[in-house]
Amino acid sequence: MKLLYFAWVRQKVGLPEEDVIPPAGLHDVAALIGWLKTRGPGYEAAFADPALIRAAVDQEHAGLDAPIGNAAEIAFFPPVTGG
Amino acid sequence: MIRVQHEDFDIGAEIEALTANRTDIGAVVSFTGLVRELTGGAAISSMELEHYPGMTERELAAIEAQAHARWPLQASLVIHRVGLLRPGDRIVLVLTASAHRGAAFAAAEFLMDYLKTRAPFWKREDGPGGARWVDARESDGKAAERWAEKKGG
Repeated sequence: MKLLYFAWVRQKVGLPEEDVIPPAGLHDVAALIGWLKTRGPGYEAAFADPALIRAAVDQEHAGLDAPIGNAAEIAFFPPVTGG
Repeated sequence: MIRVQHEDFDIGAEIEALTANRTDIGAVVSFTGLVRELTGGAAISSMELEHYPGMTERELAAIEAQAHARWPLQASLVIHRVGLLRPGDRIVLVLTASAHRGAAFAAAEFLMDYLKTRAPFWKREDGPGGARWVDARESDGKAAERWAEKKGG
């Protein structure tokens, strides 16, 4: 599964994207975040406050309870600030 | 139509292109967003617009489709710039064209409200104090929410 990070999430994680194979049994976005937080201090800092994190599953906005089952691409980013 | 681009745009030329050879359009509304120098009392020297290639285009197209489903629009255009911008630069253009002005005004406002809360763009401002990511504004969320309560325009 491809993970993408944007804005300060990207800066804190230290990567724009990566390919990962999450452990079996992670069903939703919240569980994926929980696993990512264990991968190092950058991830821990980026995902410290889940209320500040937005996610997209296969390029569609997704809530923390969204299933990640067959997703090819999951992105994490702060609330958007365009316009 | 939607476009995400680094280059500036010419508002007059875009309106001209949107309405060329059309005689069914009675109203064109244009909204242009510009980079302000002062944000929260601090001056900025430049701004970097980051986005999520792929999702940005999908999201903008979805927002535009919603506007067309809600109002009788003859045509519309959304251009959003990315990359390095300076105070005074144009960031975003929304054009809506309809037979009468009511639909064009409402749809333009809807497009901007939804774009600001759904399209995956992020602003990072650079100034004397260093660089900082712009925080999302609660007022933008409220502006988008009111369209969920209203039907049509």
